[in-house]
Order: sequence, then structure tokens, then C-alpha cells
Amino acid sequence: MLIKKPADIKYSETTPEREYREFRQNRREFLASTSAFALLTAAGCAAAPGSVAAVPATGSGAKPEGDPLYGVIKSPYSAKEPANSFKDITHYNNFYEFGTDKSDPARNSGTLRPRPWTLTISGLVKKPVTLDLDAVLKVAPLEERIYRLRCVEAWSMVIPWIGYSLSELLKKVEVLPSAKYVEFTTLMDPKQMPGQRSAILNWPYREGLRLDEAMHPLTILCSGLYGVVLPNQNGAPLRLVVPWKYGFKSGKSIDGIRLTAEQPRTAWNDSAPNEYGFYSNVNPQVDHPRWTQATERRIGEFLRRPTAMFNGYADQVGSMYTNLDLKKNF
Amino acid sequence: MKLTRWFYLKILLHLAALWPAARLLIGFLRQRQCAEQLEETFFCLTANPVEKITLVTGTAALALLLCTLAVSPLRRLTGWNGLIKLRRPLGLYAFFYACLHLLTYLLLDRALDFSGIAGDILKRRFITAGFIAWLLMLPLALTSTTGWIRRLGRRWSQLHWLIYPAAIAAVIHFLWKVKVITTRPATYATILALLLLWRMVSMAMKWRGQHAAKVIPSAAIAQR
Repeated sequence: MLIKKPADIKYSETTPEREYREFRQNRREFLASTSAFALLTAAGCAAAPGSVAAVPATGSGAKPEGDPLYGVIKSPYSAKEPANSFKDITHYNNFYEFGTDKSDPARNSGTLRPRPWTLTISGLVKKPVTLDLDAVLKVAPLEERIYRLRCVEAWSMVIPWIGYSLSELLKKVEVLPSAKYVEFTTLMDPKQMPGQRSAILNWPYREGLRLDEAMHPLTILCSGLYGVVLPNQNGAPLRLVVPWKYGFKSGKSIDGIRLTAEQPRTAWNDSAPNEYGFYSNVNPQVDHPRWTQATERRIGEFLRRPTAMFNGYADQVGSMYTNLDLKKNF
Repeated sequence: MKLTRWFYLKILLHLAALWPAARLLIGFLRQRQCAEQLEETFFCLTANPVEKITLVTGTAALALLLCTLAVSPLRRLTGWNGLIKLRRPLGLYAFFYACLHLLTYLLLDRALDFSGIAGDILKRRFITAGFIAWLLMLPLALTSTTGWIRRLGRRWSQLHWLIYPAAIAAVIHFLWKVKVITTRPATYATILALLLLWRMVSMAMKWRGQHAAKVIPSAAIAQR
């Protein structure tokens, strides 16, 4: 193949800029339409699991970077909305272990070592175990779950996560009947996570769910996004995603899962108990003490949009809370 | 205009004060480039440009406000009386950024949803504090001209004392906004506390000095 040096190419041979831009726009639209078609098909057919997910088009912007994940299957739980760009998802993060600015995690998480990694499952289970990362990833087939994520700060994104329902892992360790809650612990290592050197939160980051919330099919243990392995700033190598709760409930870089009888302490509840409750279900009718939760900014959109009850997952999760006073149990 | 060092210093002041607005403009013009590259370089407005613009204009307003409060202490410490010439432009730039900050909130964040905005001002204490800070700065900006200094005479100094509650309200606005107290708001709060402390100490020393001036002449006469 003849590779011309830049000087070898005559100006008359170059593609006119307008033509090049049209080509790129057409390519984007094609990718968007095929993956939108693929997503709609997946959402529409219950038989779709088994069909391999196409990496969602990024619309505009940089391509996903990282080790690709193969054989990821589509899920009927995926939302039909277009995903935010890989750039936005990986460069606008709250991960205080790497700094408190939104661009800090992307800049500072290079010190995190996602391999080797172990996940210890303990507490009220019949078969407590410590698994290495590869064993965790083999528990169930990887699925693409395109979920809305709503931050307590009133912004949101649509993210094509890759993982499997947490219930698959919990079934393997045989949860005892006395267990009522699940506690998730994030890595504690100030050498890898420099933000842990200052006590802005009680480290290690801890989160918790009621057992039925943890066993719900929407709750996933996540190891990738956008067709690639989870980037460090998004909580590598394993994170939780609980899409009907505020984003801080979805713990990142998890190395411990413990089944308990009492409600676990959680990092943000420790920090401000009157502002961040244990449940933290997305609820436009219950404001944060200092700002409203009735509207949110979807990243990429100019106008704010109304926030949906349970982040739009009311049909799937509402039944878990019919007898709960959501204003008291915020 | 004489090419004194104050002339050059004023040019420097204008350049430095306009820098935050300039970098936001550059960020706005480079939005497509920023979206197409993975790395978030300095000028990029991030995935949430409204938030970024709000932060930059707010911190610029607060920083410039603290600079105006630092003029008098700096004058006393260095003996450079000419520094007083910098206080008005600094104050007006602080107000300029406070207005940009407020407009960003009204137009870009809330899109002129006036009932939502009214709810915010009344119910969200950090927005109440911010709005009060801006309201307190408004009369100061309007009466900043030499014409008004002449017209108001002694009352001008009294009116411009409002800069103190304005600065306090602005710092409280920032502290009440963040989820946890991080370096940035903590630093501004500390600097304001030090500047206010300096004011209180120098005022206390002035009153003691005036009191002593009344006492000493009689003592000196008695000694003769």
C-alpha cells in the first residue's frame, strides 16, 4: 500500500472540507439510526437477550477508549433514550476519592490499580467467599443496560453500562433468611486514591440497600460502559448501579459486599443526615433541604426538564415502597 | 495622562479582571473541539457549561470583592497611597461578574422561569444569601462615580460600608451551596475573615489613639 507523505498529496486531491463534514455527519446519523433501531428492537422484544449489543453511537465527540468487552448482550431493561457521549460520561464525575472538581477524577484516577482486584462477600450468607475479578465477571453473562443516572445535584445522564443483575451474585453465596440489608464498601487506599488523605467524607465510602432493592433485577454489578472496560474515573473495576436512586447510592470501586441484619451506615448520610437519607429514591416531591429536586439538567440539553418519580423507573420499583412514607424515609 | 506606575498598574488590573470573562468566551467558542477530544483541557466548559460559567463568574466576583477589601490594608502596610485608585475599578468589576453570575442563573439555568426563581430566592437559603449580596452591591455600583461622591459627601462613606455585609453574604452563599466544605469556599472564607479582622483591629487602634490624643496633652501640660 502506498502511503503518501503529506507533501506528496496535491491540494487538488484533498477532500473539500464541506464534503468531509457531510461524510462524517452522515456516518454519525447512520450509526445513530442503526443503534437506535437495535435498541428499539431490544426494548421491544422479550426474546432480544442473546442478540449482541452494538456500541451506542456517541453522536458527536471522541470514541470510547479502553479494552473492549465482547459478547455483551442486549437487555429489555435498557432505556430507549440516546446515550450521552463517552467524553461526557468519563470526564464529568463525582468521585471525591480523586478530588472534588468534576474534572478531577479523569485527571487523577491514573493511580488506581483495577487489577489485581478481589471482591469479598461476607456477613449473613451461607457461602462467604473472596473472588478475584475474573471469577466475578464469569458469574453471569454481561448485558448492556442503558440507564438514566440522576445525581442528587440535579443533573442527569443516560449511560450504557455493562454488567449483570447483582441478584445473580447474591444467589451464588446463598443469603441467609436473617439478612435484611446489603452493605457495599469501596476500596480504602490513600496511595491509590489521594482524595482519601483528607477527611471530607468518612472513608472508605460505604453504601447500602435493603435486600429486596439489592435483589431487584434493575440493580446491577457493573464492569464496563460503552463497549469497553469501566474507566478508572467511573469506578473501576466493579461498581454498583441503582438507577432509581440518586447517583451517590451507586458505589464505585467496590471490594466488599456484606449482608447484614441492621441498616448499614452510608457515607453521605454520615456527612449530612438531614440531607442524604438511606433510601434516597429519586423523588421530585421531596426537595433537598438546600435545593429543589423537582427539575434536573440532562447533560447536553439546554433547558431543564422535570424530574420523574423514581427516575422514570416507577413501574419497575414502585411496588417496593407502597407502605413507606417517602417524605420521612427520604 | 501621565505614564506613572499607576497607569501601568491600572492596565494590568483591567487585563487581570477581564481574564475570567475571556476564558469563558474562549471556552464557548471551542465547545465543538472540546466535545471531540477526550481530554478536558483548561478552556473547556465541561459537560455542564451552565455550571462551569456559574462557578467562574461567581468566584471571580468574590475574588474581586475581596481585592477591594484588601486595598486599604495594603495601603497601610506599604505606604502606597496610590492604591486607592484601584479600589473603584476593582469594585465595579466585582459587580460586573456578580451581574454575569446572576444573569447566568436567571437565563441559562432557570430560563426565566420566574415562579421557580421566586421559589428559589424564598426557600433556598444559599440563593437568598446570594441575592442579598447582589442587592447590597447594587447601590454601591450606582454611586461609584465622582459625581455621587460629591453629592453624598460624608454619607457616601456610610453607604459604602455595605461592602462588608455584601462580602459576608457572598461567602455564606458559597459555603451554603457546596455539598461539603472544600478548599475553594474555605479559602475565600478564611481570606474574608482575615480582612475583617484587620479592619476591626485597625478601627480599635484608631479609637484608642483618639482617646490617648485627648489624654496626653493634659499630661504634658501637667509635667511642665
